Amino acid sequence: MSDTHAQTVAYVREGMLEQQAPPTKEAGAIRWLRENLFPTWLNAIMTLVAIYVIWYLLSGLLPWIISPTWFSGSLSECREILTGAGQSTHQACWGVIRDRWDQLVFGFYPQELYWRPVLALVVLLAGLAPILFGRFPKWFLGFSMASPFIIFLLLWGGPIWFPVMVALGFVLGAVAFRSAVRFNQIVGVLAAILVPILFWLFLAEPIADALTSVLPIGLESISSKQFGGFLLSIVIGVAAIVLSLPLGIMLALGRASDLFIVTKLSVGFIEIIRGVPLIVWLFTASLLLNYFLPPGTNFDLTLRVIIMVTLFSAAYIAEVVRGGLAAVPKGQYEGADSLGLSYWQSMQLIVLPQALKISIPGIVNTFIGLFKDTTLVLFIGLLDPLGLTSTIRASTDWNGIYWELYVFIGLMFFIACFSMGRYSLHLEKKLQREHR
Amino acid sequence: MKKTVLFGTLAVAGLTAAAASAATLDDVKARGHLNCGVVTGLAGFGAPDANGVWVGFDVDVCRAVAAAIFGDKNAVEFVPTTGETRFTALSSGEIDLLARNTTWTMSRDTDLKFDFIGVNYYDGQGFLIPKSLGVTSAKDLDGATVCIQTGTTTELNLADFFRSNNISYQPVAVQTNAEGQQQYLAGACDVYTTDASGLAATRATFENPEEHVLLPEIISKEPLGPLVRHGDNEWGDIAMWTLNALVAAEELGVTSANIGEMSAAPTSNPEVNRLLGTEGDLGAMMGLSADWAKNAIMAGGNYGEIFERNIGENTPIGLARGLNAQWTDGGLLYSPPFR
Repeated sequence: MSDTHAQTVAYVREGMLEQQAPPTKEAGAIRWLRENLFPTWLNAIMTLVAIYVIWYLLSGLLPWIISPTWFSGSLSECREILTGAGQSTHQACWGVIRDRWDQLVFGFYPQELYWRPVLALVVLLAGLAPILFGRFPKWFLGFSMASPFIIFLLLWGGPIWFPVMVALGFVLGAVAFRSAVRFNQIVGVLAAILVPILFWLFLAEPIADALTSVLPIGLESISSKQFGGFLLSIVIGVAAIVLSLPLGIMLALGRASDLFIVTKLSVGFIEIIRGVPLIVWLFTASLLLNYFLPPGTNFDLTLRVIIMVTLFSAAYIAEVVRGGLAAVPKGQYEGADSLGLSYWQSMQLIVLPQALKISIPGIVNTFIGLFKDTTLVLFIGLLDPLGLTSTIRASTDWNGIYWELYVFIGLMFFIACFSMGRYSLHLEKKLQREHR
Repeated sequence: MKKTVLFGTLAVAGLTAAAASAATLDDVKARGHLNCGVVTGLAGFGAPDANGVWVGFDVDVCRAVAAAIFGDKNAVEFVPTTGETRFTALSSGEIDLLARNTTWTMSRDTDLKFDFIGVNYYDGQGFLIPKSLGVTSAKDLDGATVCIQTGTTTELNLADFFRSNNISYQPVAVQTNAEGQQQYLAGACDVYTTDASGLAATRATFENPEEHVLLPEIISKEPLGPLVRHGDNEWGDIAMWTLNALVAAEELGVTSANIGEMSAAPTSNPEVNRLLGTEGDLGAMMGLSADWAKNAIMAGGNYGEIFERNIGENTPIGLARGLNAQWTDGGLLYSPPFR
């Protein structure tokens, strides 16, 4: 290329220099270290201090955690193993996790039926998939709608006809709405509420009983008392999450509504539920209700807890969603009105999609809090993972075990809550519309 | 709509509450099993094992009562209760019998409207200290830091004891026994105090139990017993005499090993015959079958066998009989005659 110039102009460089490697200070790991850890003297000192603190913590924790006690059968056996290996006995005794794994995960669920909760979890994940990730064939949504009933049947068992009748109630409600809405919107809503309730109150049980006597198909019945451990936490948490979202949205709409009674009722409900600690509601569910219900009524304690936790979290969701509703510009409401959309149409098509998108971090935050709050049931004698710690300690094999169980339970809760947080981030990114 | 149903239920509940709680035995029989309130987990006294089967000293009382009624020691559903929920669970009818290391006090018997049916374990509050402190009497504990469970009678007993001996202490509040154990081992307090049975169980789990001692002073009376609701004496009688039958069986030498032989035909001891139903019909007086006591004893053995299996000297908890020996052996167990 430079042949022409080479002969004519002496001072013009002939050819290009070979590309050289950057100086070692500005390349690879060293550059990264210089830029991120030691950019200035002050930062260098801070880095060293931080490294020391991390090393100090790990040097204390790791020897405790890395302990060859996974196969021990009792605390004294743990100590024997550690002494035999010539190590300090101030180390974790992980045998308790292996020994009581089933109990921590399933509680007192019959051992030969463990496949049922596991299958229920698979159904739950499959049922949630279209809602969480979208882009699934339409028929799959039908499966999602059926999944709560399948899960109920799997977990509690009993004749198949009971969940079928409950599901049928919903179908009847939808049919009633479709046929009545032709006359009037309000009649449609009323029919959609009244028909299923009347059906459940008066028809569902006799029909279910009759069908059971004719065709006794079903699974072995399991009482809620046999639920425990993470199974209990997940059942309470998931049920409350799934139920509280629609309830919370309705409450938020009620609070933002122009109708006097609806507004006041929503405000009253939200403020009363939110103004009292959850533990008080749980005590109410477990203790106070017993005095009002006739003796001998068997109103399942787990069900009572699910209802209370649902109401509690619905009040919080309502406030989060109200924030989202308030953040939607007024022009959107007016635009919807000017298109001649009805209230429900404008909410469904224009306002709520925007409001809910804004509320996602708050909603997920509430759900994470709710899931962790399920551990409060330990105070009313339900054996959730934390409740089981005292049970496990009461056996002479494991009396004296303390941190191992809490570390394990904390880790499990962290995994669950961290995944929820990650999912919320993913959803936020997916729904981002403003800055593309 | 839903509200009407709720209010209707409440009204009906109020009306039926008084009437339906009268005959607990009928309710239990109709239900087919006994609802027994137990502790959520206390070493030796009650806890589910790895397979979910409840075991323990208090649990065996439940099983004995279930066996006396149904002839089946498994006809019982255990309801785990916490310190807060136990009394409400009993008075609201959620459970029929509470066997949960509960101290018999006057206010619980009268004000809370329960009937204690007896004492199945005589306990008392003690002190656990490291041997290295060199203390031999609780009266030398002036100025000590004491780990104490809050909200229990032990807290009040401790204050009384130190005040009456004119010495001072520094309380370190803990919530549960497990927490107390950790704090004590970590050196947060010099002394750990709770019921002596709990201290013995705690000490047994230590790596070097011989480095810790129980002080000789027992500073309170903690008679632990099962209890039922006030107002249904027939039901209270069943629970009381089942417990008495277990105690009497030990006194009379009836064990789970020889009970089959002793109940097959009348023996030479008329009291044994009356107890086991081979003579007279004591069970019918309570609305139970003639072999009620035999079934109760077969459920888990007599009192001594239950004690030895769950908390006795051959278990890791290793409690001596002490006050809980038969009156003939210098203890306090004394069953009224079966006549």
